[in-house]
Amino acid sequence: MTHDRRQPPAGIVGATREDLSTVTGSDQLSPPAGPAPARSRPGQPAGSAVALRLGLLGQSVLLVVASMGGACLATVWIFTLPFAGTPLTLGATAPVRWFADRHRRWAAGRLGAPVPRPYQPASGEGWLARAWAVLRDPATWRDCAWLLVNSVTSVLTCGLSAVLFLGGAFYLCYPLLVAVTPPAVFRQPLGFFQLNGTAQSFAMIPVGLVLLAIWYLTALRLTILNALVIDALLAPLKHVELRARVGQLASSRAETIDSQARELRRIERDLHDGAQARLVSLGMSLGLAERLLAQDPQTAQRLLAEARESTVGALSDLRNLVRGIHPPVLADRGLEGAVEALAMVNPVPTTVDFRLPGRLPPPVESAAYFAIAEALSNAIKHAAPRRIQISAEFAPGPGDTAGLLSILVSDDGHGGARIGAGTGLSGIGRRLSAFDGTLVVDSPPGGPTSVRMQLPCELS
Amino acid sequence: MRIVLAEDLALLREGLIRIFETYGFEVVDAVGNGPALIKALTTHRPDIAVVDVRLPPTFTDEGLRAAIDARRRFPGLPVLVLSQYVEPIYARELLSDGAGAAGYLLKDRVMDLDPFIAAVRQVAAGGTAMDPEVIAALLTRHAADVPLQTLTPREHEVLALMAEGRSNAAIASRMFITEKAVSKHSNNIFAKLGLEQCGEDNRRVLAVLAYLKS
Repeated sequence: MTHDRRQPPAGIVGATREDLSTVTGSDQLSPPAGPAPARSRPGQPAGSAVALRLGLLGQSVLLVVASMGGACLATVWIFTLPFAGTPLTLGATAPVRWFADRHRRWAAGRLGAPVPRPYQPASGEGWLARAWAVLRDPATWRDCAWLLVNSVTSVLTCGLSAVLFLGGAFYLCYPLLVAVTPPAVFRQPLGFFQLNGTAQSFAMIPVGLVLLAIWYLTALRLTILNALVIDALLAPLKHVELRARVGQLASSRAETIDSQARELRRIERDLHDGAQARLVSLGMSLGLAERLLAQDPQTAQRLLAEARESTVGALSDLRNLVRGIHPPVLADRGLEGAVEALAMVNPVPTTVDFRLPGRLPPPVESAAYFAIAEALSNAIKHAAPRRIQISAEFAPGPGDTAGLLSILVSDDGHGGARIGAGTGLSGIGRRLSAFDGTLVVDSPPGGPTSVRMQLPCELS
Repeated sequence: MRIVLAEDLALLREGLIRIFETYGFEVVDAVGNGPALIKALTTHRPDIAVVDVRLPPTFTDEGLRAAIDARRRFPGLPVLVLSQYVEPIYARELLSDGAGAAGYLLKDRVMDLDPFIAAVRQVAAGGTAMDPEVIAALLTRHAADVPLQTLTPREHEVLALMAEGRSNAAIASRMFITEKAVSKHSNNIFAKLGLEQCGEDNRRVLAVLAYLKS
């Protein structure tokens, strides 16, 4: 069952798969994908405005029919509750959440903003524990309430819109209906006056036009209204959302501090055992050489040569250390140049395709670089690929919000990579979570593998 | 030989000047940043420019960019780039104009004076001098390019040493083979890379370039 699993973020993965594992900054609150906002903009040609409304009309009919199904689903679900702890409750929860997800996605498209999923991750083992977790989740109850409310609001919004359109079309065709039907049928439009003959029935055409005009004017508003109801009931409650966010920030901060402290300890140890030790030995060689210069020039010369060797070693140690802290080529050339440099010395043919319109903020650049380097070495170490592709693109966020950097590292190796199986992928997840980034690994046994990373950030 | 030196750290600049003067070279100008380097090269037209990769004002690869820029203005201007670290990608950029007369060495190599001065002379004479670390980094890579795959391991070795800027005699003594064998190997390399028609010096550069580009 996949309903308790986070949906992959919008725009990079189409569907959740069994072999798809994710590590994310926010496990329970994720924006589901939605099509582009469907609002008519000023200056749009009239034809496309009508097409937009006709499209919405089709969706409206579907939504009204679906809302009836939803009400049935809610009834079934409520009736399974007395048997809580049986697989039936969980079994009924899955379609309810699927149904709600579809509506979230639809509403997101209409509102032009994501409607996040509110579900808490399922905890515990066994049917009983999971059913209990589902029942304790407030989102479960709000889903149920929404199903019942939806059967009314859908009719009042989308249903009304459909009725307005159908009514308008009906009265527009009224003369035709009168002409082709027997004299006793369709002679009392609107219920209170009598028509005599086809000629009089043309009086109904203005009614049809008025109804169509009302439909045209209200179609978008009614759709948005329905989407707002969905957003109000299906998006997480503000305080639940904030609580989850605080929990996630606290844990990612702790991890960041931890890994920074570990990193500093490593640097200290490397300096102590490497460059520092070599400089001490250099000093000793030079001191001895100084003493021996007069009596034993040959030994002094040997010591001087040794001293030079020590400096070469110390420099090499320092160089490796610097590469691990912040690769100079990253500072020089930014992410694209640094990744190209990585690809150039890679034992496996690697193509790099970057589409970044500017330079990334240095911390994001560094996190992305080390994540890519880790994914690359992971692929080479475990998957035996023949070819690796690295691509990156940046999508600016709407208005003032942060944009999204998406990176894809894919290889044609034998797959089977899993987050948590080794330290590599979990390390990438930790690195990215400090920036609210996400990691999605798709690696079925037999390959191919794709490692998708997303980082919210802004370009400079 | 007249040298223009670009190095922003005074300690290293003085050290390099002292070394060059010891070997009888003339340091006509020593500058500390990218724009000043371009100006000095325009004024003095030296026999070789010895340039640190990282220079002010950006403290990124300013020196390399200035060197490449200067070579665009004065094609074939010999440039020896020194750096605390080497990136094969920079070596490729430096050589990509195909004019040769370019070197890229770790600063560590300066300490080994005789080979360092030999590299300076080599580059000034139109040859190349690539740091063994660049070559080593490239050797770890699986050469997927078809022409390079057809090289035998022995020819690969010769090409790597050629990239470091060694003469046939030096390659011969390094590989414990005769100079004649080296020239046989290098002719095979040129044939396999399709470089038979070019002049000797030029095709050495082109072969090295093919090696860096693969």
